[in-house]
Amino acid sequence: MTDLAAPAKPSAWRRIDPAVATAFACIVALLFVGSLYSRNFLSPEYLLQQLKVASFLGVIASGMMLAILIGQIDLSLPWVVTVGAMMSCAMGHGFWGSALAVPVGVLCGVAFGCLNGFGVAYLRIPSMIVTLATNAVAQGLMVVYTGGFSPRDSASPVMRYLATADTVPGLPNAVLCWGVVALVTIVLLKRTTFGRTLYGVGNRERAVYLSGVDTRRVVLLVFAISGGASAFGGVLLAGYASKAAQSMGDAYLLPAIAAVVLGGASILGGRGTYLGTIAGVLLITLLQSILSVMQIPEYGRQIIYGLVIIAMLLLYGRERMAR
Amino acid sequence: MAGVSKRYGGVRALERADLDVAAGRIHAILGENGAGKSTLIKVMSGVVAPDEGTMALDGRPVTFASPAAANQAGVVCIFQELSLIPDLSVADNIVISSPPTRFGLIDRRRQRAIAEEALARAGAEGVHPSALVKDLPLSRRQMVEIAKALARKPRILILDEATSALTAADVAKVFVVLKRLRAEGLALLYISHRMHEIAELADDCSVFRNGRKVATYEAGTKSDNEVVEMMIGREYIHAFPPKPAAPTSNSAPALETRGLSWTDRLRDISLSVRAGEIVGLGGLDGQGQRELLLALFGVLRGCGGEVRVDGAALRIKSPTHAKSKSIAMALIPEDRKTEGLMLPMTVRENLTFASLDRISRRGFIDRRIENRLIDEMIALLAIKTDGADVAVGSLSGGNQQKVVIAKWLMNKPRIILLNDPTRGIDVGTKQEIYVLLRRLADAGAAVLFYSTDYDELVGCCDRVLVLYDGAIKKQLTGADITEKALIASALNIEAAGV
Amino acid sequence: MSEWRFWLAMQRGTLLAMAIFIIMFTIYGANHPAGFSANVVQTAANKGVLLAFVAMAQSLVVITSGIDLSVGMIFTLTNCLASAIVVGSPLMAGLGVIAVLAVGALCGAINGLIVIFGRLQPIVATIATGAVYFGLALALRPTPGGSVEETLADAFTGRLFGFMPASLVALVAVVLVVWVPFSQSVTGRAAYAVGSSEPAAYMSGVPIRRAKFTAYTLSGLLSGIGGLFLTFFTYTGDAAYASGNAYTLFSIAAVVLGGVSLFGGSGSAIGAVFGALAFRTIGDLLFVFDFDPLWQPLFQGVVLMLAVSLGAFGLLRVKNRLEWFG
Repeated sequence: MTDLAAPAKPSAWRRIDPAVATAFACIVALLFVGSLYSRNFLSPEYLLQQLKVASFLGVIASGMMLAILIGQIDLSLPWVVTVGAMMSCAMGHGFWGSALAVPVGVLCGVAFGCLNGFGVAYLRIPSMIVTLATNAVAQGLMVVYTGGFSPRDSASPVMRYLATADTVPGLPNAVLCWGVVALVTIVLLKRTTFGRTLYGVGNRERAVYLSGVDTRRVVLLVFAISGGASAFGGVLLAGYASKAAQSMGDAYLLPAIAAVVLGGASILGGRGTYLGTIAGVLLITLLQSILSVMQIPEYGRQIIYGLVIIAMLLLYGRERMAR
Repeated sequence: MAGVSKRYGGVRALERADLDVAAGRIHAILGENGAGKSTLIKVMSGVVAPDEGTMALDGRPVTFASPAAANQAGVVCIFQELSLIPDLSVADNIVISSPPTRFGLIDRRRQRAIAEEALARAGAEGVHPSALVKDLPLSRRQMVEIAKALARKPRILILDEATSALTAADVAKVFVVLKRLRAEGLALLYISHRMHEIAELADDCSVFRNGRKVATYEAGTKSDNEVVEMMIGREYIHAFPPKPAAPTSNSAPALETRGLSWTDRLRDISLSVRAGEIVGLGGLDGQGQRELLLALFGVLRGCGGEVRVDGAALRIKSPTHAKSKSIAMALIPEDRKTEGLMLPMTVRENLTFASLDRISRRGFIDRRIENRLIDEMIALLAIKTDGADVAVGSLSGGNQQKVVIAKWLMNKPRIILLNDPTRGIDVGTKQEIYVLLRRLADAGAAVLFYSTDYDELVGCCDRVLVLYDGAIKKQLTGADITEKALIASALNIEAAGV
Repeated sequence: MSEWRFWLAMQRGTLLAMAIFIIMFTIYGANHPAGFSANVVQTAANKGVLLAFVAMAQSLVVITSGIDLSVGMIFTLTNCLASAIVVGSPLMAGLGVIAVLAVGALCGAINGLIVIFGRLQPIVATIATGAVYFGLALALRPTPGGSVEETLADAFTGRLFGFMPASLVALVAVVLVVWVPFSQSVTGRAAYAVGSSEPAAYMSGVPIRRAKFTAYTLSGLLSGIGGLFLTFFTYTGDAAYASGNAYTLFSIAAVVLGGVSLFGGSGSAIGAVFGALAFRTIGDLLFVFDFDPLWQPLFQGVVLMLAVSLGAFGLLRVKNRLEWFG
């Protein structure tokens, strides 16, 4: 019996995911189309601005990606983003307020995430409905807190610094923040046992369970992280605008899901890379900005936005027939 | 059927197979897993289209584009429960392919009548037509599946391992029904592993091997040995590693249960497995073997009775607890594709899944340790793979099962539970697994495994416990383990001279 | 007779939703300052019926184990369209109504085609189509406006025989004309089969494509009826993103409250209707008990959370932990 078990060296040439490649190709195409319309489009200042705007979506989509990787979804994104924004602004401007603003905001998001995670992992309620309920509760809490009006707290200097200033000259802080989140996520996914388990759960939670791994804890953690990421995105957004606003998170739910899926992640879970999510986020951001540069009225933007997503999904998002 | 071939990718599932089925006779099809029986049936019932070859019904050529088309022509196949809709009622399911309608809406009264008639014809009068399929136990569901097939007034009825989940009483009922159908002039095709069933039912037999039909003969004209030789294609020798003499250790058994019970599936099970022993579980499918292994592994809740590991009584709370160092148990599950592996993930990722803490430090994976352990395992089990970074789904069935076993061996278990580990695996790999199991036992592990293959139980095990209806019916030791004895106790009959 | 036992078990979700709604509404009516008057019932009906239509639409898709995140946008689109064409002479208004319903059905059909032939997952496909439908709505009505044939509108939002809200009668009529025939037909049963187990449905020769297509198309039609009614109530068309989004999400909540399983294959649109009505009544209850309206969203959220957690009690009966995993 021939023994073909030569020591396995990981191949340096990982096959590039066709979805990610297509996404990047579309980004290039969009840049090209944009440049046709306006010289400014390819200017460094404009591109950097786009990168900054993309960072907010990028941070938020990171959390959504983890949820989608385990085959779930986090529909509490809109109001957890808002909670993060409002709670961090509410911390005030004193010394302690400024210092704690960001952590508090993020922790509020983590708390909601834990609520989601508990419902999905331990109560086995479908994530779609648990996160919907959490979203409603978060909204309810914020409505009570603000009395229904626009919140009057404003963002602390720290928050504004994070969102708008440049530590490294030329590179907006917001992009740095996304970079940090991206780095953490990539390391988490590729180099930790947590990441392995995550992909396993997304593929076949049953097999992971029978391998003696505690899947429920992993699911809980994923939702906690997702909540934290959404809230952090909200904190940054509040810093950018200097304050929070009602319903500020609504505009991010669908783009976050679309970004993750366009990046090649399967909505059923178990498949997807962060590189793809980055591509998806850039793609969506560019698409939205091209549509506004072309001064296409809002209705046209919505229609083109939807059509482009469908077209791209038809290209490579089709689910294969049953295994 | 004549000259039918079918390929799946690079695998020739069927190669120029011929088969003649006559009315008023029961034709049995035998062969190992992977011999092409399932593919043949799928072609015949319209589920897949053949690449070449022809089919003729009553002498006239036919092709079936879909299961529905085959049904129209009178060819109906009974699957193993795959075709029932869980959330619909029994009556709904029986008529699902062509429900009776009135003014465009479903006529429930006629539906009920058809269902009752079909259930009676199938010998399943105890099943209520309005019950939801998902609330029925597996054995009832199989009866409903049979009734559903009969409601379509078939001329040719194909049963693909259709009795595997039935209780013994139900199996007897089904046999009565099948004989009645034969008398009515149906042509019946019966696929099974079980020699005794075939002996009782069949008029003609065909043996398949490696996608080809090897022989057709009238039932009773060939001895079991000859048939098995045709099935496996070589001289039939027991190719099992030698068993040691009875173990002399006096210490507490590695694994012991006293009065273990769970719902109505496990009744008062008391067994023990010593280190160095290979104990087998026998009996027909569905008698509680799967539940026993799951209970031991901590998957089932609400178990009564006691479990002892190395003499100490404990409650195994979860697979995580079972695999922990103090217990060091492993379970190779029944279905490697849905319970043992994550098919799209790589060999590397699958291999290390039960021992993630061994390859990592504080949560971070240490590549060097991981690679070392992986290389060790691949070499130890001779896993044929193109490196550790290919998807495990691309490996052959035998190698996939090796990955599952390797996954657990990486954790250095002392108690190894296996649920039908060689099902659907080629003969060569089976041999390797037998040798491996004996080596593990000799090294001090306690092995408990369930198998549907009598030869394995006879050849590998030091002791065999035959389960019937959730309880241990009989224990066979050493030379007493024979196929005859196993079959007899499995069927709950005392065979003469055993 | 054991026959009833089985029927009861199958309809459990719907009956539970109905019971919850009746209890809530009774409390509401009993505590309302104006008592159980016809006015009170009419206002409640008018508000509830809108969500009921959208919830019915969602339930049809959910039964096939899909989800439609564009129902709220179809609702908005048909609202805006109706505010433009359901005007003028009775004939024109009548034709306008037909056109609006046809557009709704068409939107649903497009969703269905993308899911069936494009083989895309419903959740992402309908996110995208929802954006398109909203864009179309915005194109029709960049700012709120338009009008509707008033006698027609009043007929549907007023009262029959002095006490029966016409909107409720319309709801019941739609259930009888659309849902009942569908659920009793071969296609309807096929939809349940597909949602319950698509592989088994294929093996059984069930018309899978026809079932899904019909479900999605009827769903669009029902959302369209909802949008039409919104126009009747408000006399205007308003392309409000937040409102459409809310209807989509609430329809999912209503469907779950109504006992329809998100995994597909079980439940009924009637349950979804009661789920929607119950959901709407939550806010009304707060008003009646003099709770600060500020607390309504929170209360709604908490009730929803509790309601969906109830299903978790089934977990306590699970003996084989493998059943946790699909």
